[in-house]
Amino acid sequence: MSIILDIKNLEKTYYSGHHPLTVLQGINFSLQAGDTCAIVGPSGSGKTTLLGLCAGLDRASAGSVILNGIKLDSLSEDERAQVRNQYVGFIFQNFQLIPTLTAVENVMVPLELRGERNVHRQAMDLLARVGLAERYDHYPTQLSGGEQQRVSLARAFSNKPTILFADEPTGNLDEETGQRVEKLLFDLNKEAGTTLVLVTHDLELAQKTDRIIRIKGGTVVSDQVTSSVVNNA
Amino acid sequence: MSDTIIHLGNKRPLNMRWLLKMAWRDSRRNRGRLALFISSIVLGIAALVAINSFSNNLRADIDKQARSLIGADLVVATSKDIEPDMQKLLDSLAVGGDRSDEVRFASMVYFQASQGTRLVQVRALEKGGFPYYGAIETEPKSASSAFREEGRKALVDHTLLLQYNTKPGDSIKVGNLTFEIAGALHKIPGQSAMTATIAPAVYIPRHYLEETGLLQRGSRISYYHYYKLPQTTDADELANKLEPRFDEAGFGFDTVNSRKEDTGKAYDDLARFLALVGFVALLLGCVGVASAVHVYIREKLATIGVLRCLGVSGAQAFLIYLFQVMAMGLIGSIVGAILGSLIQLYLPELFKTFLPVEVTVAVSWSAILEGIAIGLVVAVLFALLPLLSIRNVSPLITLRAGIEHLTNQKDKVRWLVYLLILSFIFVFAYFQLDTWLRALAFTGGVIVGFLVLALLARAMMWFVKRFFPVNWGYVWRQSLANLYRPNNQTLLLTVSIGLGTALISTLFLMQRLLLSEVAIAGSENQPNMVLFDIQSSQKDEIKRVTKEAGLPVLQYVPVVTVRVEEINGLTAADVRKDTTLGIPDWAFTREYRVTYRDSLIDSEKEVDGTWTGTVKNPDKLIPVSLEDRYAERIKVKLGDTVLFNVQGALLPASVAHLREIEWNRVQTNFLVLFPEGVLEEAPQFHVLMTRTDSTAQSANFQRELVQRFPNVSAIDLDLILQTLDDILSKISFVIRFMALFSITTGLLVLIGSINISKFQRVQESVLLRTLGASRKQILSINAFEYLLLGALAAGTGVILSVAASWALAVFSFEVNFVPDFAPLLPVFLSITALTVFIGMLNSSGILNRPPLEILRGES
Repeated sequence: MSIILDIKNLEKTYYSGHHPLTVLQGINFSLQAGDTCAIVGPSGSGKTTLLGLCAGLDRASAGSVILNGIKLDSLSEDERAQVRNQYVGFIFQNFQLIPTLTAVENVMVPLELRGERNVHRQAMDLLARVGLAERYDHYPTQLSGGEQQRVSLARAFSNKPTILFADEPTGNLDEETGQRVEKLLFDLNKEAGTTLVLVTHDLELAQKTDRIIRIKGGTVVSDQVTSSVVNNA
Repeated sequence: MSDTIIHLGNKRPLNMRWLLKMAWRDSRRNRGRLALFISSIVLGIAALVAINSFSNNLRADIDKQARSLIGADLVVATSKDIEPDMQKLLDSLAVGGDRSDEVRFASMVYFQASQGTRLVQVRALEKGGFPYYGAIETEPKSASSAFREEGRKALVDHTLLLQYNTKPGDSIKVGNLTFEIAGALHKIPGQSAMTATIAPAVYIPRHYLEETGLLQRGSRISYYHYYKLPQTTDADELANKLEPRFDEAGFGFDTVNSRKEDTGKAYDDLARFLALVGFVALLLGCVGVASAVHVYIREKLATIGVLRCLGVSGAQAFLIYLFQVMAMGLIGSIVGAILGSLIQLYLPELFKTFLPVEVTVAVSWSAILEGIAIGLVVAVLFALLPLLSIRNVSPLITLRAGIEHLTNQKDKVRWLVYLLILSFIFVFAYFQLDTWLRALAFTGGVIVGFLVLALLARAMMWFVKRFFPVNWGYVWRQSLANLYRPNNQTLLLTVSIGLGTALISTLFLMQRLLLSEVAIAGSENQPNMVLFDIQSSQKDEIKRVTKEAGLPVLQYVPVVTVRVEEINGLTAADVRKDTTLGIPDWAFTREYRVTYRDSLIDSEKEVDGTWTGTVKNPDKLIPVSLEDRYAERIKVKLGDTVLFNVQGALLPASVAHLREIEWNRVQTNFLVLFPEGVLEEAPQFHVLMTRTDSTAQSANFQRELVQRFPNVSAIDLDLILQTLDDILSKISFVIRFMALFSITTGLLVLIGSINISKFQRVQESVLLRTLGASRKQILSINAFEYLLLGALAAGTGVILSVAASWALAVFSFEVNFVPDFAPLLPVFLSITALTVFIGMLNSSGILNRPPLEILRGES
């Protein structure tokens, strides 16, 4: 199996005036195609920063991020945007749908950016897959939180990403809705064979992945294969 | 994993079609807001298109009606007695064509019906074909020819008839003769309504002129010769050929083309000035656009962040919003152009006082296209400042919304945009003002205006923050804090409302200042009536009559008409040959009214040299005194020589003394002052200064004077003030009309900026209401904030207007700056009140609805 994400000696330091603040240090791990992984840790441990670096949303202070064989550190912001469009999908805690676009238009954006054809049909198929075909022309404000996150899932899978990054995907949802979204996420991920990186506080959700990386104070304190993997083995 | 690192392929194309589609989609939910900020440029464009359309139509009409501008092919004018050889030349020009002669001079006339007297311009017109082109418009129509053909009849300017309650058929006394008024004169080729305001005319037949007894030696008389040339003669060619002879003889001339050019130029100047006023409104609107786009982009940050996450490049994100702004700029410009084309329908009415021709109203496509292009370019240039920051929005904003994602500090492109904006203003001003220096001054003025307002706004924010009154009540503290908190409106409102206020206050101040200049001159014991054209033989008699009427003789001044023949040995011909000398032609061609006395008077101040009051030996070089600025203009200094021609007798003089003169007094002032003992025997007339205490006393005295001494004219201060007020009112009405665009734009920017920041205010107000703040408290917070903003903006504008008026008074009008602050308080109060009113109107929606409903609706 090929390695999709390879993190080596990753470090991130912010400067407050002249005072450096290192929030991540010595991070090393790699994920293979189809892996699912949860990054867990207390608030302020650096998990979201790590997700941002892995997805090419930010630049590391030291070390390297190689995504699908592309070294992100040497790329410009626009080149990283191109990488994201080609290989990466995102799911955010607060859904991050574009409020001025309808549900179907939100799903179409990554496809249109790639210059694909029949994007409307593809987007409609995806909306149907998440159970929202009939609400395709609704704006985000006209949808409930769960529905918005389902549109977000459809959008995340629309460009057939190699790797999917999810930041607290159920953090803003009630338990029942959260479970439905979780199921949909894992089902879609399995169907597409996408590598999944999940940042969460929710240990129950983390247990559903193959691997849990625990972070504390900016360093990896444990990297374990989960019981789901052990049970399935 | 293999160590092979894959490199990214070629750069993706921008995909314009998709970007346009995204711009369209994204704008759907924001069109109301976008419409608000385009409204700020609408009026500026409307002003430009209206003025330029009108100007284009006027130019076309001047071309079409060119011949009626002067009513002849060639007009030759002189204010000198005509020498026999020149008379021969003037006669020869009429061979094969036709000629009409006219004599013009100022004189008092007496309206018998109302027993009123007034100084008018008497024009004695010969029976002849004038006007050869165009027509004399009179009421009744037949009067235009009847007054020259049917006995002793006169045509009187219709404003005079109204003023003196006189009608056709009544009598008017001109000099010794009484004329029947044949009709009211409405229009005659070559005269605009403005000329009629300054010097209303009374036309009489030329052959009665001698009998009026008004042609006295020394009187200021002009002779006009109107020619209809044979069809084969080219008027311009002929005039060019004769120009040297005309110049030498001090004759002026006009052909259809030269008048067309002069008229076109004069109105072009006016149109250009007004276009600049319109351009200021446009710039003001653009500040509104920049600010609105800034707030708009801040609200779009999350969307931009998501787009960046999904793979949109910085350039693509920038273009999506640039297209939106371009579309809005285009729509705003088109709406402005349509509005401007409608406004121009009203302009001929607005400008009719100043126009020499009938202006037709037609759509000017060039003005419309130019307006749309300017609107689009300016709106985009100003919007670029906030738009540029889009390129730097980090996708990280999707994960961390709280941190600052917009930084402009290191973006060099911003400086390029600033440079482009300034260049655009400069180039536009250059095309309106014609010289680089003026364009630079205009651009500098705009920068200073904006900078002063911006700096004052920032200073206030700093001041409030630094000396924050922590002990004040909550409502006041919250209002004050609103002035400097993030996303405040202090800077925008101060600049937009302040600039509008400054414009309108400056107009008020200048009008008052110019009027008060004359009024001040007429106060206290200053003379307020001038009698002139008094012949030497009438001198004592008039002095007696004046005293008998109970009026003081404050000054009695002899006036001698002279010309300059040589300056430091150089003749007019020498000066024309060597333009490097810089001595203007008018120094030789104009007539000078000079006086003689032994001492300086209180309106004069010695600048340099020695004043010799009396000359014992007039055969030597006569030591004369010149006004300092006049000396500067004709390039002479102390010790230089000037050869004067005193009606035939040559008089060599040396510049021995330089004086500064306060010209704004109602009294006789002279560029050249001779000492006593030289000009006593020269042909001369006298000017008497007196002071009347009431209008009735003035009217009685003038009536008696006209009846007993028809050749003597009187000007009273009331007439000057009335005429000046009339002219200033007409001019200021036009300027105020244009300033209205700036003021309304300022208000639109105000409405727009309050509206676009409504969302932030809603959240805050709702939060405050949720925490228990009463409706009254929120209302008070908003009202006090707008009161402070309005007062600051209007106050700053008023202060700026005082500075601008000072600069205009000192550098342009060269008068003492004694401002009348009376109109400033109402301007300040009304603009402040308007700001509070509009602010409160916008907030009312928030206060009347439940908090949750608003939050749901706005999110």
